[in-house]
Amino acid sequence: MTATEPVDTTSDTGAPTRRITVTVNGERRVAEVEPRLLLAHLLRQGLALTGTHVGCDTTNCGACTVLYDGAPVKSCTMLAVQADGHEVTTVEGLGTPSELDPVQEGFVAEHGLQCGFCTPGMMLAARALLNRNPDPSEDEIRWGLSGNLCRCTGYQNIVKAVRWAAEKEAQ
Amino acid sequence: MYPSRFRYEAPRTLDEALALLAEHGDEAKILAGGQSLVPMMKLRFAAPGVLVDINGVQGLAYHQEVPGGGLRVGALCRHVDLEHSAILPGAQPTMAAAAPLVADPIVRTRGTLVGSLCHADPQGDWASVMLALDGAVVAASPRGLRTIPVGEFVVGTFQNALEQDEIAVEAVVPAAQGTRSGSYLKLERRVGDFATAGVAVALESDGGRVVRAGIALTGVGPATIAAVDAQQALLGSSLEPDVVERAAELAAAVARPRTDHRGTADYKRHVVATFVRRILTAERAPAGAAA
Repeated sequence: MTATEPVDTTSDTGAPTRRITVTVNGERRVAEVEPRLLLAHLLRQGLALTGTHVGCDTTNCGACTVLYDGAPVKSCTMLAVQADGHEVTTVEGLGTPSELDPVQEGFVAEHGLQCGFCTPGMMLAARALLNRNPDPSEDEIRWGLSGNLCRCTGYQNIVKAVRWAAEKEAQ
Repeated sequence: MYPSRFRYEAPRTLDEALALLAEHGDEAKILAGGQSLVPMMKLRFAAPGVLVDINGVQGLAYHQEVPGGGLRVGALCRHVDLEHSAILPGAQPTMAAAAPLVADPIVRTRGTLVGSLCHADPQGDWASVMLALDGAVVAASPRGLRTIPVGEFVVGTFQNALEQDEIAVEAVVPAAQGTRSGSYLKLERRVGDFATAGVAVALESDGGRVVRAGIALTGVGPATIAAVDAQQALLGSSLEPDVVERAAELAAAVARPRTDHRGTADYKRHVVATFVRRILTAERAPAGAAA
């Protein structure tokens, strides 16, 4: 699959579709979508970027959080067509295996995960928080991540992981 | 979960959006932040035939002061813009208190104040805040603009006063008659949950006396509730302890909560009284210091 080859996410039901162009993790992607396709499903099924998890599917848990033009959004609560002409960053675009984002390093260093399901959304929400507030207090981190639920209740280490990243970035 | 099928339109101007509404009537629905509408479409509680996405319409993503203590909030002003506003902390204390409590931080990125008013959920924070502030919604249609007071705009549970061909383009806070004070308190079991109860208080004072008072209640009835008797009790007062107590009792008396897993009706009334008392007692301290 090349960057210019359109991804067909549609069924063969003959329902009207639209061609959209989205910059995903810095790469221009073209997809043919039904308007009702959710952004989370475009990412996971259409583009095979399965790092974006769908948890509650009801705008509560934040597992599907991605950055949309740099701002954190719940991708289960946006339509793929709304990303036409916009930039989306998923966990796959947060760092590279050889050069992790400091937030990812923090989650490793402080063991900020247990089952890992909430982790991509947590890390993107944390990235957005640090972009706005590079030196958040523990309280600010807890409020900043309050739209993301950890079903293992491993919040203590998640908060430590974000502090770790803040301190690394301050060096 | 998927929404049922719909036709998607993304107008670039307000006139185009209005033309689409005129063409499609009650089949069409406006999409702004989508943080209530998209979940409702996924659950099939809402199934519009045509979705008119106004996110590409220029000139609606603002909030700005109006001389005399008023404020205008455009239809694409997000909760997050109000949360981090440089204007609100000094000019609109009730709104500044509410903004960080709306939904959760990720939802606040997309959701809008005007959309929250249109959704008319009795759990909506902004409807209480704007009702307490005596605010209004400006609706655009092919006939021009009309201004609808929030008290008339919210007509019931999930029901607003918009006509089929109207788009809510702005919310307005009127000029103040005195110095503004007030706050918003909400009890929720966790961030993003529906409120157990919420209270908005908006005061305007002159010479240490209350000249206008707004009190509105979130999540304790079939729609947002204005505590009119409690407001009246505050007029002319300096928020003396007996006045505060009377207002707290009167506000609790107009609440119409239902017993559910978030608490009993009595408990929720108690929370309302406590929040009214807490906000008014906190407001009294600086006012007394100034006098």
